[in-house]
Amino acid sequence: MIEQPEPKSDVLAKRDAIVAGLRRLLPPTGVIAEAIRLKPYETDGLSAYRQVPLAVVLPETTEQVAEVMAFCHAQGVRVVPRGAGTSLSGGALPMADAVVLGLMRMNRILDIDYADRCAVVQAGVTNIGITQAVAQRQFFYAPDPSSQLACMIGGNVNMNSGGAHCLRYGVTANNLLGLKIVTVEGEILDIGGAYLDAAGYDWLGLLTGSEGQLAIVTEVTVRILRSPEGARAMLAAFTSNEIAGACVDSIIGSGIIPVALEFMDRPAIHACEAFAHAGYPLDAEAMLIIEVEGSTTEQDDLLARIRDICTQHNPISLEVAKTAEQSLAIWKGRKGAFGAVGRISPDYLCMDGTIPTSQLPAVLRRIGELSASYGLQVANIFHAGDGNLHPLIMFDANSAESFHKAEAFGADILKLCVEVGGCLTGEHGVGIEKRDLMGVQFTERELDQQRRIKSAFDPGWLLNANKVFPLTAALRA
Amino acid sequence: MMPVDEAGVVAAIQAATTPLRILGAGSKLPMLRPVQAPASLSTAGLTGITFYSPKELVLSARAGTKLADIVAATAAEGQHLIAEPPDWRRLLGTDSAGTLGGAVATNLSGPRRIAWGAMRDHVLGVRAINGSGEVIRSGGRVLKNVTGLDLCKLLSGSHGTLAVITEITLKVLPAPERRATLVFKGLAPNAAVAALSAALGSPYAVSAAAYLPAAEAARIPALAWLGDSVTLARLEDFAPSVTYRSDRLRADLAAFGAAEMLDDAASLSAWADIGDVLPLAGQGEALWRVSVRPSQGPTVLAAVQAALPTQAFLDWGGGLVWIAGPASPAAHNAVAAAARDAGGVWTLMRAPDTLREAVAVVPPEPPALARIGRHVKAAFDPRGVLNPGRIVAGV
Repeated sequence: MIEQPEPKSDVLAKRDAIVAGLRRLLPPTGVIAEAIRLKPYETDGLSAYRQVPLAVVLPETTEQVAEVMAFCHAQGVRVVPRGAGTSLSGGALPMADAVVLGLMRMNRILDIDYADRCAVVQAGVTNIGITQAVAQRQFFYAPDPSSQLACMIGGNVNMNSGGAHCLRYGVTANNLLGLKIVTVEGEILDIGGAYLDAAGYDWLGLLTGSEGQLAIVTEVTVRILRSPEGARAMLAAFTSNEIAGACVDSIIGSGIIPVALEFMDRPAIHACEAFAHAGYPLDAEAMLIIEVEGSTTEQDDLLARIRDICTQHNPISLEVAKTAEQSLAIWKGRKGAFGAVGRISPDYLCMDGTIPTSQLPAVLRRIGELSASYGLQVANIFHAGDGNLHPLIMFDANSAESFHKAEAFGADILKLCVEVGGCLTGEHGVGIEKRDLMGVQFTERELDQQRRIKSAFDPGWLLNANKVFPLTAALRA
Repeated sequence: MMPVDEAGVVAAIQAATTPLRILGAGSKLPMLRPVQAPASLSTAGLTGITFYSPKELVLSARAGTKLADIVAATAAEGQHLIAEPPDWRRLLGTDSAGTLGGAVATNLSGPRRIAWGAMRDHVLGVRAINGSGEVIRSGGRVLKNVTGLDLCKLLSGSHGTLAVITEITLKVLPAPERRATLVFKGLAPNAAVAALSAALGSPYAVSAAAYLPAAEAARIPALAWLGDSVTLARLEDFAPSVTYRSDRLRADLAAFGAAEMLDDAASLSAWADIGDVLPLAGQGEALWRVSVRPSQGPTVLAAVQAALPTQAFLDWGGGLVWIAGPASPAAHNAVAAAARDAGGVWTLMRAPDTLREAVAVVPPEPPALARIGRHVKAAFDPRGVLNPGRIVAGV
């Protein structure tokens, strides 16, 4: 179990006064302090870790957030920001002495401007909610994490969320124009706006992906894009990971950047097929789902080019969707991957390293060896265009030994990712899960540089202090 | 000083007891505030592409590598730099098109920025030396990476004030097979931006959108023959797509007039000149860039034209206003006011030192953010030796 910062005994001792103080700042339903009602906030998408917080606050305006922050700052109370609680890295895991600041009541879309192709939304608007709000005019918000039905834009900003279409449209950071933030002292600041490339330091870029370490995000100005005329997928299956990897290289090498390029290994294909009956080839070692965009004619042209490339790699199965319905069928298994693995094993860890795409066959071979030595099954799903690897490690949560083995297996995979030139996390964030692995990727000096930046924003380390950075002596004390 | 390796940069910074002026080839020195420093530290001696894997869309090079060398290396593989970094020799009167380090440290992007992101959006990894002489890495050589704070973005556009970048890893993409540009003649600024907005809001992936009044258009060889103001929308893709999309876009935008077409060669030439801000080269004693929401571009244009004798044009769909005019505090204040009134920001790009030293070359930040900025500067450069006063006096 990962070590937590020592709770501040003075804060625990004045809990009632803190709760009373928070109640003076917020509407009656905006403060939660009863044990039974705190329970739902004890964990997030990384449910192996649990900690009931001191209290939960649910502000409805930026001004209320500012008052809560000013109060907590004055009282020396730690704060853990939370959106929908879908983090797979434990980004919203509470601390015993912390107030969880939930942004879910700030769920209004404040402005949509089609002419300038941007929208201003509060932090608690869901990712899909933005796209739904602009879909009537055939616009969309591009980053599409798997949790997009539930996850909130404030969380997306803090984790710099990705999705399956990053290769074409980039991640969250590439799709933002501005933020409204509240500092740890409770000051409200506008960062950027409805224009590109603000002068001065790139605060927008630094805050994006900062995992709640620097400030509270209450509003976001996002870019919205016109939807393409259409999109269609194809499926290609191969007899080895090496061949599928070579095929990916050939596609990119030909100058085609598909909007999605997903790779599944044999266990993933079998799990998804058993679950979704999508018609995946069960004799394949590796399978690609490739999606292109444009008019029907443009799709035909691109899919024909890609089919020719795939054919040169001796596929054992090649299926090009002719209609949107056939595309959906091809995607059906992949989109249900988590549910599919969940059916084989009730508990699994979804890892999230990134590797140079050329290293895929070697990395999958090594993961296979680790799987055998740990005695735990793993299925690999891979955003092949951008190198983001998601091994799903299956374990039994009723067995502490099985869980610890799964964690150790996951850590070995992430170390392997760094070793081959990649990184610990491509889109899920460091959170609590990978905090103690940061030393694998960074030197102590580099971590100290990052810590000093946090200190510039949050000198007292009150914001989400149990995450991202390996605990220092000061936090252990 | 021009060290030839990273260790030399470390040594130079560690040995510094007084401020250092940080530069690459010096191509962007006319921007922002002049740095008063007894010594300069250039990264121009750190050269060479250290890694290039076209199939992985990743290129690494030392900071002093000439941008032209990187453009040539990617072109040889049929790829390109996504943000189209400009060559401002003629605009700024310098003798180098600059280095990769300079392009990243200034985060300057060309016309494609409106559709495909800025330089900073494609920086996957950096190595840099902070003001204490420590090697700091951020990011890496993979396309997706959220491990730790994103110093790649913070250092991009920090103008050498936080750390000296020694090596950069970029995402690159396949260059398009074909380009074409729709040109609408004779539109007034408001109609022009409406046309650009419709083009950028179409499903055809318009990759650049600009408006040039007649006098400014006349200074671009590929556009001079049109003899009027021009409103331009570029398409880049496989040839059949460009043909198809050009036809559709012409039909969809017919309300703005019958579009002329620029072919591949004319498009290449015209957009290179627009990115290089050629129409304003040699014009005015001072040069500003204003960034606003695109629909406010015409308002800024009108406001500065009413206040000053100017040459100006719009890029980024109307959101980037380039202005050349007299180098006086009154002119600067007029540009700043026009930007502020339109909800945007300004940057003083070129002016005599007297003006650059006297005015806020970028908008002042609110006190709480300025305080954080000073603390972040100190977090990298506690002794204040790296390019002090480059962006803000005293920081």
